[in-house]
Amino acid sequence: MLQKIYDWIDDRVDITPLWRDIADHEVPEHVNPAHHFSAFVYCFGGLTFFVTVIQILSGMFLTMYYVPDIENAWRSVYYLQTEVAHGQIVRGMHHWGASVVIVMLFLHTLRVFFQGAYKKPRELNWMVGVLLFFVMLALGLTGYLLPWDNKAYFATVVTLEIAEGVPFIGEMAKTLLNGDPSIVGAQTLARFFAIHVFFLPAALFVLMAIHFIMIRKQGISGPL
Amino acid sequence: MKRGKGMKFVGDSRVTADKQKFIPKDYSEYPGRTEAFWPNYLLKEWLVGAVFLVGFLCLTIAHPAPLEKMADPTDTSYLPLPDWYFLFLYQLLKYKFASAQFFVLGAIVIPGLAFGALFLAPFLDKGKERRPHKRPIATGLMLLSFVAVFWLTYEAAAHVDWEGKAENNKPEWPDDKPSVEIDESAPGYALYEENSCINCHGGDLAGGGAAPGLIGIDLDVEEIKDIAVNGVGSMPADQFQGTDEELQELAEFIISVNEEASEEE
Repeated sequence: MLQKIYDWIDDRVDITPLWRDIADHEVPEHVNPAHHFSAFVYCFGGLTFFVTVIQILSGMFLTMYYVPDIENAWRSVYYLQTEVAHGQIVRGMHHWGASVVIVMLFLHTLRVFFQGAYKKPRELNWMVGVLLFFVMLALGLTGYLLPWDNKAYFATVVTLEIAEGVPFIGEMAKTLLNGDPSIVGAQTLARFFAIHVFFLPAALFVLMAIHFIMIRKQGISGPL
Repeated sequence: MKRGKGMKFVGDSRVTADKQKFIPKDYSEYPGRTEAFWPNYLLKEWLVGAVFLVGFLCLTIAHPAPLEKMADPTDTSYLPLPDWYFLFLYQLLKYKFASAQFFVLGAIVIPGLAFGALFLAPFLDKGKERRPHKRPIATGLMLLSFVAVFWLTYEAAAHVDWEGKAENNKPEWPDDKPSVEIDESAPGYALYEENSCINCHGGDLAGGGAAPGLIGIDLDVEEIKDIAVNGVGSMPADQFQGTDEELQELAEFIISVNEEASEEE
C-alpha cells in the first residue's frame, strides 16, 4: 500500500532523487560509533540539529501564551509558568535548550576544527557553519529580553550600550535594534520579539538548508 | 538519476519516460564497514536521540527555568549580567586595556579578529594536513582561545553572588493598586495611629500579613464604624477606644483615602 502510494507520487513528481539525497546513502565506518566508540564526536552536529528542533517546537508553543508588550510580557510568562498545564516544562525546554544548543554547537565546531574537516573542498560549509553559530548567538541575545524580567532588561541595556559604543554606525545600530535612540522599552521588546521569532529563524532555516545540502553533496570528510 | 541530454520525458513535463528504480550504491565503493543510513543507522540515531531527550527533560524538570521580578528600570542597584555564553565578551570589557579609551579594542577589534579568524579559518590554514599535531599554529591558537574564553567566563561568573541575586529578585506579581498619597497630618490619620489600626493595616493603609488593606474596600461610613468597634473575621472587637466623634472622623478619613484612590485609577 505504502509502496503504491510512493509509486503513484513518484510517477508524477519524480521524488526518488530527493529521497536518495535525504535518506539513501551509506554511513562510513569511521563515523559510526557502533564500530569505533570514539566516533561519538560526530554526534554533536546531529544533536545540535535535534536541540534546534526542540527550540522550534517549544518556541511555537510558547507563542500561544506569550504577549510581546511590556505590560503583559512578564505576566504572560509568569502565568505560563505557574498556571498553564506543563507550561513550566515547555518554557524549561526552551530555556535550557538555548544553553544546550550553544554547548553542542561549540563541541561540533571544535570537532570540525581539530579534525581539519574544514579544508578543501569544505571551506564554504565551514563559513556557513560559523554564520549559523552567529545566528544562534543572536537568537540567544534577543530571546533573553523576552521574559521582560530584571535580568533580561538590564542585560539588554548593557548590550545596547556596547552596540552604541561602536564607532560610526553604533548609534544607528542601536536605534535600529532599540526602536529609539535612548529609551529601552515597548519598542525594544517589540523589535527583539520580531527579530527573535521571524528574522533570525528565517536566516537560520536558509543557512541550515545550505549546510545540509552541502553535506549531502560533499559527504563527510574521510578518516584522519 | 541521470539528467541532461538524451532524457525522454512524458509530454513536455519533467516526468521521465523510462522509469528508473532506485538502485543503492555498491557498498564496495566505500572503505571499511559501511552501514545504510536508512533505516539501520537512523534507528540507532533515533535511540541516542531518545536517551538524550530523556536526560534533557530530567534537567528541565529538576531545574525550572528561572524568572526574576518584572523589569524595573528604576532599580539602580541591579547588577546587569548577560547570559552565560556572553560572559567572556562582557568580562573582556572590564579590563583596562579593553575599556574606556580602549573600548573599541575590547568591543570590536579583539572579538572581531577572533571571530573573523574563525570564519576564515579554511583560508588561513591552507595546508593539506588535517591532523591537529601536524598544524601546530591552528591547533595552538584554538587551544589558546579556548582557554581564554574559559578563563574569562570563570572570572566573570566567580565573583557573582548568584544565589543572593536570585533571592533578591524572586518573581512577585507586580502591585497594580494605584499608589495613594496619604495625608499623614490629617486628624483622621492621627486617630488611625492612636487606635493601633496602623499596627495591622500599615502606615499606608495597604494591609500586611495579618490584616487586609483598607484601600479599594466597598464599605460605607457606618459599616467601617461597625467593624472598628465590633471587629470582623479575625479582627477582634473593641479595637477602637475613642469617642463617637473620633470614630466618625476615622471612618470618614478611610473613606476619603478610598475616594482619592478611585479617582487616580
